[in-house]
Amino acid sequence: MEVLKFILQKEFRQIFRDKIILAMMFVMPTVQLIIMPFAANFEVKNINVAYVDNDHSSYSQRLVEKIAASGYFKIVSSPQSYKEGLKMIEKGDADLVLEIPLGFERNLVREGLQEVNMAVDAINGTKSSLGGAYLTNVIADFNSNLDVNIKASKSVVQGQAATIEIANSNWYNPHAEYKYYMVPGILVLLLTMIGGFITALNIVKEKEIGTIEQINVTPIKKWQFILGKLIPFWIVGMIVFTVGMIVMYIVYGIFPEGSLLLLYLFAAVYLIALLGLGLLISTLADTQLQAMFIAYFFMMVFMLMSGFFKSTDSMPGWARIISQCTPVTHFITVVRLIVLKGSSFQEVKLELLYLIGFAFLLNSLAIYNYRKTA
Amino acid sequence: MIAVSVKNIVKSYGNVSAVDDVSFDVKKGELFGLIGPDGAGKTSIFRILTTLLLADSGTATVAGFDVVSEYQQIRNRVGYMPGRFSLYQDLTVKENLTFFATIFGTTIQENYTLIKEIYDQIKPFNDRRAGKLSGGMKQKLALCCALIHKPDVLFLDEPTTGVDVVSRKEFWEMLAKLKEQHITIVVSTPYMDEARLCDRIALIQGGKIMSIDEPAAMVKNFPKTLFAAKADNIYRLLEDLRSDPSIESCYAFGEYLHLTLKSDEDHKDAIFAVANKYSPANLVVEKITASIEDSFIRLMRDRAITKEFNQVNDGK
Repeated sequence: MEVLKFILQKEFRQIFRDKIILAMMFVMPTVQLIIMPFAANFEVKNINVAYVDNDHSSYSQRLVEKIAASGYFKIVSSPQSYKEGLKMIEKGDADLVLEIPLGFERNLVREGLQEVNMAVDAINGTKSSLGGAYLTNVIADFNSNLDVNIKASKSVVQGQAATIEIANSNWYNPHAEYKYYMVPGILVLLLTMIGGFITALNIVKEKEIGTIEQINVTPIKKWQFILGKLIPFWIVGMIVFTVGMIVMYIVYGIFPEGSLLLLYLFAAVYLIALLGLGLLISTLADTQLQAMFIAYFFMMVFMLMSGFFKSTDSMPGWARIISQCTPVTHFITVVRLIVLKGSSFQEVKLELLYLIGFAFLLNSLAIYNYRKTA
Repeated sequence: MIAVSVKNIVKSYGNVSAVDDVSFDVKKGELFGLIGPDGAGKTSIFRILTTLLLADSGTATVAGFDVVSEYQQIRNRVGYMPGRFSLYQDLTVKENLTFFATIFGTTIQENYTLIKEIYDQIKPFNDRRAGKLSGGMKQKLALCCALIHKPDVLFLDEPTTGVDVVSRKEFWEMLAKLKEQHITIVVSTPYMDEARLCDRIALIQGGKIMSIDEPAAMVKNFPKTLFAAKADNIYRLLEDLRSDPSIESCYAFGEYLHLTLKSDEDHKDAIFAVANKYSPANLVVEKITASIEDSFIRLMRDRAITKEFNQVNDGK
């Protein structure tokens, strides 16, 4: 125990001496937490629309006005022909081209039917699919409010269809704001970085510089060395988590709905699992560069598969299975549940079991591998 | 009393044999040198003895403990200074020293007398980070850290490689003083001139020990009379003498050529007679006493000839 105390003393001394790493550990997450949710926003606004009005009627004018008034679209120009409109898409000046054909108003009034042409730039998948859907909605709405339709439905009773009106309300995130989805995710990301990667780099550094050799010829036992590495980063991780929570409260006004204690319990177990991953990486790599790349590989998998950006429910089956096999997925789920929904222990205890399982598995693997190599 | 005993140690990395059936003993309080070029297997032997590496076969004991089964005891009793500086560069001189003292359950004060002379030289830089020290200072710090727990046996792996001449000299003086404190020291070096500062040396090449003896005895046992020769065109002289049937060996050594005759002739006139056949300008010949390096080169040559002979025999 004495020895462990001295090792810890040394580790903390080194951590606080490396100003760049220290700044990276505390400033980077804070900055990320402040900037990313604002920048990474999946609500689509400011879709640039170019319309080709071949009709120049009051109806076509009203449709365009309605589109402009919806708040999602910005009318950028009204080219003379569809061809010109497509050129604008090519140049990137417009995301959408709406072509209103000649006889738009006449056909609507006389025949009750008229087609319009919509061309969407599909380079940006989200923007195009959402933009297209928004525009279709706007047109449908315009359609139902047309004088001809209102009149028609009154006069022709048998033609009236029963309609179901849908009223939405978003629970746990009433305004469906992306930041509420994103912020807890970033919090998880912080712990992942500290737990998994900085630890790995730190241990590999000892290998690279050769200090591990010097340590190995002393009476320090392996478990003392490993604990000496894990405990400081566990503590640092918990501090960073706390800093993150404070930022979350001050900047976004998000305070966990559920129990703080429960949240910390999960963070503590999750960190142990990730420290195990860090240790495992350190047994695989001989240089910090190698460790960086292995860590980066895991990071990408975690980021893309864990439901950090996107809900895992929309993934194909095989991807959902992979997603379930990363501890990050479970922790992100739980953080969102506790922070936004206020879930209690009963509702998340299965996730805790998962995380304990990961902690156990990763640490055993790491220790097994560590014994083999050293 | 035997401090270090090595018996038939073998270690290979894949197909490369790093240590090939090496055996030697180091007496207590002795300054023992492993002398050999880079890649001779010195570091592998050190790593086996300091319990960092497992040998493929063979046994070894350090301070009476087996390197495999009793490695924990050994780790309490040896000091190891690897060839590469491997202390914490981001800790200060004092922090490094304190750290290594505490993990051995001791303090700087307790063994201060042992390191005093060395430590006094770096004490002014107590608060400087180890990474910012000069090469010679780093080496002194490393030696202090290896000594701080008063080890029975001190292993120094190429401590003077890459160190300037003055620091090298100082370092060997420090070793001589440590020897007075009855610490057994095993040191490796590629520099032959340092060999004579050891009590006994083992010449090692290609993972095999070629000879173990006191430096003076090794030189004395040089079997032939050694001559040094030089002329204006030294390269031509080397070529000519090498091709001459009466010359046994001839190699460049500083500004001279060192050569031995096949016959037992021990007067320099014999060399003059041979060399003048090629009429070199300004020929100088002297009879000299062999150095460790001459012994080493001779042993290497003998081994190469034996190997060739064996290969030819095996071929038949």
